[in-house]
Amino acid sequence: MSPTRLLAIIVKELRQLRRDRLTFGMILGIPTLQLLLFGFAINLDIRHIDTAVVDQANTARSRELLAELAATGVVTLRAHAQTPEQLQDLMREGRISIGVVVPADFDHRLETHDRPALQVMVDGSDQTVQAAARQLAAMPMPGARANYQGVEAVNFYNPERRAAVNTVPGLIGVILTMTLVMFTGMALVRERERGNLEMLIATPVSPWELTIGKVLPFVGIGLVQVTVVLLLGKLVFAVPIRGLLIEVYAAALLFILANLSLGILISTLAKSQFQAMQLAFFTFLPQILLSGFMFPYAGMPVAAQWIAEVLPMTHFIRLIRGIMLRGAGLSDLPNDLLALAFIAAVLLTASTRRIRKRLD
Amino acid sequence: MTSDGGDLAIRARGLTRVFGALVAVDHVDLSVPRGMVYGFLGPNGSGKSTTLRMLCGLLTPTSGEVEVLGLRIPEQAEVLKKRIGYMTQKFSLYEDLTVLENLQFLAAIHDLPRAIAKTRIGEAIERYHFGNRQKQLAGTLSGGQKQRLSLAGSVLHEPELLLLDEPTSAVDPESRRDFWARLFELADTGTTLLVSTHYMDEAERCHRLAILQNGRLVADDTPAALCAALPGRVWRVRTTATRAAEAALRRHPQVLGVAQIGTDLRVLAQPMLDEATLRSFLSNSDAAQIETIAPNLEDVFVAATRGDEARAA
Repeated sequence: MSPTRLLAIIVKELRQLRRDRLTFGMILGIPTLQLLLFGFAINLDIRHIDTAVVDQANTARSRELLAELAATGVVTLRAHAQTPEQLQDLMREGRISIGVVVPADFDHRLETHDRPALQVMVDGSDQTVQAAARQLAAMPMPGARANYQGVEAVNFYNPERRAAVNTVPGLIGVILTMTLVMFTGMALVRERERGNLEMLIATPVSPWELTIGKVLPFVGIGLVQVTVVLLLGKLVFAVPIRGLLIEVYAAALLFILANLSLGILISTLAKSQFQAMQLAFFTFLPQILLSGFMFPYAGMPVAAQWIAEVLPMTHFIRLIRGIMLRGAGLSDLPNDLLALAFIAAVLLTASTRRIRKRLD
Repeated sequence: MTSDGGDLAIRARGLTRVFGALVAVDHVDLSVPRGMVYGFLGPNGSGKSTTLRMLCGLLTPTSGEVEVLGLRIPEQAEVLKKRIGYMTQKFSLYEDLTVLENLQFLAAIHDLPRAIAKTRIGEAIERYHFGNRQKQLAGTLSGGQKQRLSLAGSVLHEPELLLLDEPTSAVDPESRRDFWARLFELADTGTTLLVSTHYMDEAERCHRLAILQNGRLVADDTPAALCAALPGRVWRVRTTATRAAEAALRRHPQVLGVAQIGTDLRVLAQPMLDEATLRSFLSNSDAAQIETIAPNLEDVFVAATRGDEARAA
């Protein structure tokens, strides 16, 4: 690989981009517009939310209550923890969305009705979980009076239940997917459609130089878009970044890589720019619908969940919500980090194998 | 490098390319000596572009042997690409880059060191008259200017062999003359040029000419030798009823071609046809003046391509 040639392609791409005012405008316009449009909540009831329990009372009545809780179908009991602190750890790592604490004096509280007998910790970084938690809060306590508010719901990470707080981190995923897959998908096809590719492949430029040279500017563009969303999110919607900023960018970088590889793969499959655009939308739709950005993962049928697991955006949205809202580190979320890296590697390998330097 | 690769820029034996059911190039043998302006003449779809693309390693031949600048193609195509220039039929530089930016891009793509690139780009801008258009977008240039820019770009790395695919098909006659002057300048510096065209006047300028028809090589010689091979086969017929005479002549299988030139008819006939027979084809035969004239390349082209059809039939 020759640095001169690589640089030549990067410089050329940036120069072309500068003259394409519309595309240039969209790089900043798309994130801004979407952020403002998606500032609305999408609330949905869901079931089978991953839940862990701390039963400090461990009496007949507490066990009866937990059985009833599981019977509602709203939650699925995944684990029994020893302390409320363990519940918080599980939640930050994204293993559970709801934590139920049965205090040691549970039976006594039920008798006296002076304090709520049950505490429910809610992962507020997922807006759909909040809605489900409201159902739980209305659950009647065994043998208690009708008007007794027996459940105390504590909303973690998003106590004011502001929709923007949930939407903005996921929006980074949507915007990166939408713009980067489309831009790179079209980039190589455009060279072919305009006849530039025939000239290029008669020169010593290698497929790798051409691809990397065309894609690197878009890595920078992706990072600029992340910055725009983070800044607007902070200034307009006061969305917090509780984790490390560098980890937000690290996760974004990995996700950008996956999207660019997907874009290259599309551009090797498509015969025209129009086809490339259609293919980009074809990959975009399941990602926006199944990734958990728009509809809750927990509410999906199993088959849809399997599909969601192979989509890069699913893992990125889990990562970015964890880092930004729950203050998790990348090391707290190894499964999604590895899954995203694996998907990116598969896409990158598949796309580079398809790039050939021949007309036939 | 093989023994006879030294003085030949291109050597192809049995070069064939099949697209599905279509045989685009059919067992073409070609020897192009170094330093020559070699013409590729043929109608649209005769396989000129496909042959050129195979010669520079863009397409893989279905069968046949190719050696370009002593390198085996397609195996050594990547090495070859450093030493050849290829000018596509369609303008293939970036329309949204300026003249200067396009040249800078091509220099870098060929890995020219910065200082050399700067000198060569400066020379190219001077020689190809882009002094006051350096900052103009390539897309806004005229057809002739675009071709000049393509040529300037494809010789920045001083290739030993330049392949040009119908370089002047969308260019006015003035620009075509100018363009060909550039090509001969390049030939003077030792560059071998392979130019495809369907213009007879351009073919006539070439040192040597190959005529392609339906993917087959039907003639291959110098323009003068090709013309000289048609003695007594071209006739000028001057008659009063020109249109009727033309229609009458066209009906005879021994007449390969009839073209009206002003008020005269130019007739290309099979070798065995004599004047009396030709006269007998005409209805008002006594009034007609008939004489043989010197063949030109158009006659060579018609003879080669029609003769081919006759043999095939």
